[in-house]
Amino acid sequence: MNQPLPPAALNSLRSGPSDRGRFGEFGGRFVAETLMPIVLAVEQAYAEAKKDPQFQADLAWHLTHYVGRPSPLWFAERLTKRLGGAKVYFKRDELNHTGSHKANNCMGQILLARRMGKTRIIAETGAGQHGVATATMCALFGLPCTVYMGATDVERQAPNVFRMKLLGAEVKAVTSGAGTLKDAMNEAMRDWVANVEDTFYIIGTVAGPHPYPMMVRDFQSVIGEEAKVQMQAAEGRLPDVAVACIGGGSNAMGLFHPFLDDTSVRLIGVEAGGHGIETGQHAASLTGGRPGVLHGNRTYLLQDEDGQIIEAHSISAGLDYPGIGPEHSWLHDIGRVEYVSATDNEALDAFQLCTQTEGIIPALEPAHALAYVTKLAPTLDKDQIILMNLCGRGDKDIFTVAAHLGVKL
Amino acid sequence: MSRIAARFAALKADGRGGLIPFLEAWDPDGATSMALLRGMPAAGADLIEIGMPFTDPMADGPIIQAAARRGLIAGVKVRFILDMVREFRKDDQATPIILMGYLNPILSYGPQKFCEDAGQAGVDGMIIVDLPTEEADLMLPHATANGIDFIRLVAPTTDDVRLPHVLNGSSGFVYYVSITGITGTRSASSADLAAAIPRIRKVTDLPIAIGFGVRTPAQAAEASKVADAAVVASALIETMAAHLDEDGKAKPGTVELVLAQVRALADGVRGR
Repeated sequence: MNQPLPPAALNSLRSGPSDRGRFGEFGGRFVAETLMPIVLAVEQAYAEAKKDPQFQADLAWHLTHYVGRPSPLWFAERLTKRLGGAKVYFKRDELNHTGSHKANNCMGQILLARRMGKTRIIAETGAGQHGVATATMCALFGLPCTVYMGATDVERQAPNVFRMKLLGAEVKAVTSGAGTLKDAMNEAMRDWVANVEDTFYIIGTVAGPHPYPMMVRDFQSVIGEEAKVQMQAAEGRLPDVAVACIGGGSNAMGLFHPFLDDTSVRLIGVEAGGHGIETGQHAASLTGGRPGVLHGNRTYLLQDEDGQIIEAHSISAGLDYPGIGPEHSWLHDIGRVEYVSATDNEALDAFQLCTQTEGIIPALEPAHALAYVTKLAPTLDKDQIILMNLCGRGDKDIFTVAAHLGVKL
Repeated sequence: MSRIAARFAALKADGRGGLIPFLEAWDPDGATSMALLRGMPAAGADLIEIGMPFTDPMADGPIIQAAARRGLIAGVKVRFILDMVREFRKDDQATPIILMGYLNPILSYGPQKFCEDAGQAGVDGMIIVDLPTEEADLMLPHATANGIDFIRLVAPTTDDVRLPHVLNGSSGFVYYVSITGITGTRSASSADLAAAIPRIRKVTDLPIAIGFGVRTPAQAAEASKVADAAVVASALIETMAAHLDEDGKAKPGTVELVLAQVRALADGVRGR
């Protein structure tokens, strides 16, 4: 007779994916046969590493001493007063080494790549945050690194391009499509197909073929796990709402996942509304897309009526992606997480507000989350708590913001 | 017997391998690619592969990427590709047609409806690049129900343990991706092919076609000898791309040039 599942696992929203890599109908492994063997090898290697206390200890040690974890939990008091409602806390993942949450995942994956004996690393990047984090880990461990970046993004994120080059990475500008994150990911996949023997592909978000959505989620869940403990210490209870921005969705999944079974906590993901959902120029896959298959997984995508992928638009290069991680698609469909959007202009306003009230220059990505927080907080009681993931710092964005504000640097 | 099985049986009786030229649907427009399709059997195509344009062709190199983009700019839709096949079948009942593409446009069309409509239009086989065996249950029942061969890709990375699993449920022929890489980049060596094909033969009685990196009549001749057929794609598309005017339209004589190249490849596989 089969062993009955323990009740906790039966009722948990945290037990996915299935052994086929599915979250409900989403996820899977939709890659060319050439890549299937390596995808299966990564899955097996990760399953072993996950259970290996030595791997976990090694990861924890590097997160503490190199990445700088735990990141602080900050009560944004002046912002809270300004908004006049719920208390707003920031989970300060922008204080990680390399300036964003991306370091959590890159550290995990590069340790796995080393464990698998891979000698070359590739990555895709949008805003350059994942590229910088990958290049950083490659410098640390002495591995050659190639980062694919859309040509449009190379231009609007010039400081990060230079940073990657300083770190010794080769940055390849991708000119196909609109030259953004989607195209960078296509090109990284093409590189991987051609160099599958020695190369490990460090995917930067909770997307791609199984096991990537699960693996990246696991590496990012440190955000939510820490926040849970820190929130207890600060307020003696869980937050009422947790908010994070979403492109592919890795920082949001990292924050949300440890809270999935805490039904008292509202979870809200903020997609990039670009010029506004009604204009069609946005990156809100859940709000404005429908299910399909791209980059190895089944998920919500921006696509036309014939299944061709539509270019996303966002002021934030890190959110400029026409898809979203498959677990988010599932959480959307079952209603556990609410997904909303914030426009380019709303994000720009929030960017300035955060800078002026808290002395923190946020990246344009979490500025989208903050834009929604500025709307939500005033509608809540003063004893309620909003926890927001401040997943990246905005140094890389000052040129973009200056251009939008009409300032010449 | 299916058209694909009948054609490979006839090739075997002739004692030669087959030529499978590839064209991207609606590259650079519907009329030109239709003319190319119609002309291919007389030029010596034994089977024909039609590429279905997709915005994000992850297994393709720059040449086929550009062809797909031209097709999309020309306004190709999945249903127009089925129309092409239906039109072709009015004059040709013998030459097998294989559609090759990516999953999302097919998903969007509806897997069952796609297989029904494709079967009725006269499609004989399909290759879906990003649908590995692990996910094949999405399409396989519908393909089978409509008499469409579900053709699997085997790569150099597909090891002996995995090979029977990959070929489970496959029909028509086996498409051997001869290099670890994307289309139109490099070619496999004779030694690589000589080692790879017997490895696949041990596991299947299906005919084997070699694709990726087959460009010249000599390479086509060799591949069709080692295996049962050779697929040539990027080399033909390059010729097309080199004869487009500033507006992206085919210059007069372009179709004839590509067909002449098909003829040279066909002479190659015929040992002429």
